[in-house]
This record gives sequence, structure tokens and C-alpha cells, in this order.
Amino acid sequence: MTDAATTLVDQSRTRSSGRWLYAASITLLCAWVIVPLYLLLINTLSAPETVNSFPKSFIPEFDLGSLQFFAGFRGMLEALRNSIVVALLTMVMSVLIGAPAGYALSRFEFRGKELFRMLILLTRAFPLPLLALPLAVLFIRTGLDDTAFGLALVHTTLALPFAVLITFSLFSGIPVELEEAAWTLGCTRLTAFTKVVLPLILPGITASAIFAFVISWNEVFAAAVLTIENRTLTAFLLQTLGEAPMHLKFAGGFILVVPALIFIFAVRKYLFAMWGIANR
Amino acid sequence: MAEIQIKNVAKRFGSYQALHDINLTIADQEFMVLLGASGCGKSTLLRIIAGLETQSTGEVWIGGRRIDHLPPKDRGIAMVFQNYAVFPHLTVFENIGFGLRMQKLPNDQVTRRVQRTAELMHIEQLLKRYSGELSGGQRQRVAVARALAMEPDVILMDEPLSNLDALLRLEMRAELKGVLAESNTTAIYVTHDQVEAMSLADRISVMHQGRIVQAASPVEVYRNPAERFVAGFIGNPPMNFLPAVNSGNGQWTVAGRSLPGPQSAAGNLDFAIRPEDLRIASEGLTARVRLVEPLGAHLLVTCDVEGTMFRAILDSDMAIRAGDHLTLAPMQDRIRWFDPETTRSVA
Amino acid sequence: MNARLLPYVLILPVTLFLGVFFLYPFVLVAKLAFVGSEGLSLENFRDVISYWKFPISLKNTMLLAAVVVPVQLALALLMATMVNRMEKGRDLVLYIWTIPLGISDLAAGIIWLAIFEQSGFLNSMMTGLGLSDGPVNFLSYQNPGIVFLAIALAEIWRATAIMLVILVAGIGLIPKEYYEAAEVFGASPWQRFRRITLPMLRPSLQTALILRVVLAFEVFAVVAALGGTLFPVLMGEIYAYQFDLQNTNAAAALALIVLAISVVFTLIILRALRVPKGATI
Repeated sequence: MTDAATTLVDQSRTRSSGRWLYAASITLLCAWVIVPLYLLLINTLSAPETVNSFPKSFIPEFDLGSLQFFAGFRGMLEALRNSIVVALLTMVMSVLIGAPAGYALSRFEFRGKELFRMLILLTRAFPLPLLALPLAVLFIRTGLDDTAFGLALVHTTLALPFAVLITFSLFSGIPVELEEAAWTLGCTRLTAFTKVVLPLILPGITASAIFAFVISWNEVFAAAVLTIENRTLTAFLLQTLGEAPMHLKFAGGFILVVPALIFIFAVRKYLFAMWGIANR
Repeated sequence: MAEIQIKNVAKRFGSYQALHDINLTIADQEFMVLLGASGCGKSTLLRIIAGLETQSTGEVWIGGRRIDHLPPKDRGIAMVFQNYAVFPHLTVFENIGFGLRMQKLPNDQVTRRVQRTAELMHIEQLLKRYSGELSGGQRQRVAVARALAMEPDVILMDEPLSNLDALLRLEMRAELKGVLAESNTTAIYVTHDQVEAMSLADRISVMHQGRIVQAASPVEVYRNPAERFVAGFIGNPPMNFLPAVNSGNGQWTVAGRSLPGPQSAAGNLDFAIRPEDLRIASEGLTARVRLVEPLGAHLLVTCDVEGTMFRAILDSDMAIRAGDHLTLAPMQDRIRWFDPETTRSVA
Repeated sequence: MNARLLPYVLILPVTLFLGVFFLYPFVLVAKLAFVGSEGLSLENFRDVISYWKFPISLKNTMLLAAVVVPVQLALALLMATMVNRMEKGRDLVLYIWTIPLGISDLAAGIIWLAIFEQSGFLNSMMTGLGLSDGPVNFLSYQNPGIVFLAIALAEIWRATAIMLVILVAGIGLIPKEYYEAAEVFGASPWQRFRRITLPMLRPSLQTALILRVVLAFEVFAVVAALGGTLFPVLMGEIYAYQFDLQNTNAAAALALIVLAISVVFTLIILRALRVPKGATI
């Protein structure tokens, strides 16, 4: 009798301590992600003198000195602008080129479909930024060297396989009967697409566009290889790593991180659905 | 006038022959049901008529106009899908009015027709809702209303009731029959449910392995199956079969008993009888009872006649137990005979 | 339009694009790599391999991948299973855990620089706690172990999220009934993880590992931000050949070597985690 009672108490004790451990590990892992970001935030929101002083405070002083220094640094704002232009171009190109293929994969059985899928999946096995090397030579010949468009082409190569697979999985989530119903109700293929499929898919397309934007925004190697005068923010920061003062690096790093936070927040609903089917 | 003619339509998917040389004429305002097990080609045939699938060979005519090369929107058809296909981003009103808007009808006409069909389907109070806020039965009503609002010559339905629960299906079945009878449209209805087919159809086309094996009225299909397949498919439970040996002069030996049958030169035929067409009598087939299932008014008795499974539906006040021996007499005018070679019915 | 042609019209842009900017550059990179001072030769490869930094950067890249990827895999699996049985706050936790997914490797390097630099937060904390007398220059040639640790931590911090997302999506596809069936048959949580989650997760594990391993060989900006020249890696050497030494042919040869390593590892992962035909969910 007492034995049974003790066992019960023991069990509930292990269970509650297990739950405590579970909650603690989740909190710890959240902290593991957030604390480094917070430390960067402290440095960004501190005066340049504070950033270079020792020891550091663990509370930001909300001084915009570092960010002002960043904005005033020669070439930095142009780099920021270049990054945005390249990322926007990449976003538009990868969705416009990728989405039709995603639609084809989800709706049609055709000869060569497997081969095409292979081509898309093949891109994954290769470190794509390396392809910037031969393209640098090619671009000089065609006058695309050191242009936002040239770099956007390379970034589109990076983003395109994702755009195809993500839109494939998005289109697959829309029952084909909806389109067929539209056809029987007086739509052509095109109007059925614009009136039925597009409104349903728009949020998902936006998410994959944002994804493409961030792929380009974050890319360092190809940007550094392909641009000289018209550096993107990542390429510019990389180039100045050696000599730039700490507060410039931190402010630059912070500016790089901000879109990431917004991006993950904006696409959080789609992140898992997109990856779920797209990666089978 | 919207008579539908299907002429020599065949469909191949790669090496798989989904439809073999289908020929079928459906009269104006007829309610035709395509009935068959899954994979028999009934949905493929419907989708070819709708223009959602392209036939490999053959022609489809509606109202004297060849339409098999036209896109779905130009065929004068409307369709109801199995999973309803109610557009989730539009309200019920806009769903029903979708086809009318595509025809660029003026607003007041759209409103009038949407209102009218919505009332017909008893969903006028749902017009402002989205499909996510509707039950399965309500979605089904929207899908039917959307098709009817088009005032089509032909309405095509692909298992429209199969996603509904049993009670709702019964209710919708009756309603659908009433609404369509009033609408003057020709209807083609695909289902695998023979009760549904019986209750709705003017005519049933029974399909099997890409062929139409019989196209006839529900009673005809039930009473006079043209092929052994139909006899074994229609009816719950379906017909019983026993081998019969010709003993000359139109007499056939079935399970040791002599029965009058067709005057035929064939040595063997298959004897067939429906379970409800058997009576307990002093003369007849000797059957050993294996299983008795009470169905309320009747007993479903599964027996064994010379090693062949044989079912009888008998009155439930009879005390029958497993292991009993029964003598079952078939009603003479209900006996059917099939040629085992061609599987076709022999008179 | 003809329905038979339509799919080809739709995939044409991607095919053309990848042809020009993915397949063709391959040919180019190979051509560059094999062109020596007198025609086709292995000269570039000989030069690249015999350079004193090659063995170090190869070793560093492989070592980093060997340490980082298994840790990430274990961490991502742990996080994915933890979040799988969560009821409240799942969305918030997942949002936080996936933040690094959107952060560039350069930014990640800078973030960890803020911690490890001489006047950084690690030194501040250690001094504050009385563990050291003054700021230590962690990221110098005297502390190669700490340089490695900083780079590895930054990589783990940044790139676990990508695996997490793939694995969470994969676990989401496993029907609950399998777990319930296993529980009825008396499987413990650990057995359920071993016997159901892991085998059923194979396609996702495959994808996650391939993506991560290939990315691990591409490690570049994190190292540039944290280690500079202290910790040479292959990608950094390629960059140096291209820019500092202006030797595109040598850069191409080294790039081809990285490509080859990536492909070999992809094939190994594909083979090791292959799913028998018909055994998919």
C-alpha cells in the first residue's frame, strides 16, 4: 500500500522534473538564438567610443552614433542601395521565371519531367557561388561586369531552384478541380489562373519572393567576386573587414540582420509548408 | 435540344486503355447515370464530355454540334465536382455568380439569377459566407447552384454525393432529382453507388473495364442484365450463379435438378437467380445453410449448393439455423441464363 | 494553346536560365581550370595543391564541417522533437529558433565577433566575474583553439535553423497513427524516436544533410569576419586567388576541387540515407 503510494509520488516527481527540464531546455535554446542578437543590438545602439571601450555594459545606451557613422561612411549608402536593387531584381526574376515551372511541375505529366526535376535538385549539390568565377570573365566580355543586373543574374541562379520547388508545393496545395470548375464556368486557362489560382496563391508567392530577396541580400561570395565599384552591402563590409573600425562592422552587421528578422516573421506561416513538400 | 452523342470514343493513357470504343446517345433532358466500380472509366468518359480530358479517338456531339475540339467553356456544359470545388476566396454569392460574370452579364441579371438558384437550393441565407464557413452539405448545394445558375444545356456530375454522410446523401439525392427534373437540362451523373443510380436515373450505363456493358432503364438493368458482369454487380447481394448442363429439349441440369431453360445447342450455361427470387418449397435446389444474417424484414441466408456459395433472402419469421438443409425453389420467370464463353445473356 | 506544349513552354525559362547560368559556367570553370600556360594541362591543379596553404585550408574546411554538421544535426533533431510535442507557444518558439535562417554568414560572423573580440562581451563578462584580470585577445594566432571554437559556434548558431525547418516539416508529415500504434505495442519515447521518427524522416534528413554539408564546404564570410587569415579555408583561398593574386585559372582549379568534394559527399549521403522504393509515407 505505502509502496504503491511512494511509486506514484516518485512518478509524478519524475514527470514534473522532466517537464521542468523540458521547459528549461526550450528557454535555453531560445536564449542561445536571442542573446547574441541582443549583444549586437547593444553595440549598434552605443556610441563608437563605448563600442571600443572595455568592459562593456550589457544594457544599450541608445546612442545613434555608430549608426550615424555607418550612414556617413563613404560608399556605404550606395552599397546599401546596390544591395536593395540587386535583391529586388533577384526577387522579381526568380518568381517570374520560377513560378511557371512550379506550376508546370504541379499540374502536368510530361516527358522529361523527371529530368527537369533532376536539374533543379542538382543545383543543390553544388556550391553555386563558385560559378561567379567563370561568370566574372563572361560578364567582362558582355559588359555585365560590376552591374547590379549581372550580380542579380547569379543570385537568381541561387534563388531559382527554391522558387521552383516552393511554388511547386504551393500550386500543388490548390486542388486542380478549382481550376477545372473555372474552365467549365466560362474561363480560359489564363483567366482561370488569374481569377482563381492567383488570388489563392498570392500570399505564398509573396513569401517565396521574400525568400529570394533574402537569399540575394545575404550572399557574400559572388557579390564580392562580381562587383568592384558597385559593391553590395555584404561585399562592401567584407572588403572593409580588415581595416574598418569595430563600430562600423557592428552597425553594418545590424543593418544586414534587420531584414532577416522581418523576413522570418513575414513568412513564418509558410516556412514549414514550403519546406515540407518542396524537399521531398 | 441537347442530345448528346458519343461516337467511337476511346482513351489511352500511355499503354493503358482507359476507354474502348464508346458509343452512347443520351436523349434531350434525359438523366443518364454512368455506373461502375472505380477504375472502370466512367469519370474519364465524363471528363472527356466536359473537355477536361481529350479523347484519343472519337467524337462528342451536343445538340447536333460537334464539340470535342472545343475548350470546356464553349461546350454549353456545367459541372459539379466530387469535392465541390467551391472557390475558397469568393463568397457563396460570387461563387454562384462566377460563370455569369464570366459571360459578362449585367449586375442586376447576375443578382437575379444567383438569388433564384440560391432559393432553389435553399441556401439564400448563406450568400455572404465563404466556403470555409460552410458544411459539406452546404458546399454541395453551392456547387449545384453554381452549375444551375449557368442554365446549361447539359449538367455533368462526378460522384457529387459521395463525400456526404449517409443521411444527407439520401436527402440531397431526392432534392437533386426534383431540381433537375424541373430544369429541362440533360444530365450525366457518375457514381459507383447502385442505389443512387437506381433512384436517380432514367437510364443507367453500366461500365466495366473501359466499356459500356449495358445501357438501359434501372428496372431493365436489374431484371435483365445483359452480361454476367452486370448480374454480379447490380443488386445487394447480387445474383447467384450455378453451372447448368444441357440435358436436351430445353431442359437443364442445375445442381442435380432439372429445370426448363433456353432451347440452345450449347453444352453448358450459367444459371442465375436473384436471392429474393427463391422460395422454400418441397422441390428445388438442396442447400446447406452456413450463415444467417437477420436484416429486419428479411433474413439473408448464405448457403452452399454443391460447393458453390448461394444466397437467399427469406422471410424473417422462418426459424433457420446454420447447418440446416433447405430446399430452395427459384421463381421460374426470374431465372436468367448466361453463356459462360461470351458471358452474354441467353434467352 | 496546345495542352501538350504548355508544360514545356512553362519550364523553358528556367531551363534556359539554368543552362546559361548553371550548366554553362561549369564548362567554363572546368575550361579555366585545365588551361595552363601551354594548352590543356593539370598545371593549375599542381600549383594550387602544392601551395603551402592548401593542406591547411583543406584540413580546416573538413574539420569545421566534421565538427559543425553533426552538432547541428543533433541539435536540430532535438529541437524538432521538442517542438513537435509542444502545445502552447509553439509558434513563438519556432519563430525564435528560425530567425538565424534569414541571417547572412557575414552578419553571423560579425555577431560572434561582438562576443569574442578583445573588448567584447565574453571578455567583459569574464572580467566582471573575476575570471580574468583583463581583456584577452581571443582571436589571435596564440589562441587557434578559440578561433576555431568561435567560428564553429557562429556556424552552429547560424545554420542549425535550416536543418530545423526541414526536419520540423518532415516530422509534420509523419502520421500520428504510427506513434499511437507504437505506443500501443509498448514502445518507449526513445524507441519511438529510434524506430519511427528517424527511419520515416530519412528523406528530410537526406535533404537537410546535403544542403548543410555543401554549405559547410562553402564556409567563407564567417571565417573572414572572425578569423581573417588566422584560419584559412578553401573558399577564402579561392577568393584570394581571384582577387589578391588575380589568378583566375588557379581559382577555377581550386573551385573545381571544392565542387568535386561537394558532389562526392552528396553522393555518399544519398547512398547512406536512401529510401527503399515503396517504403515512403
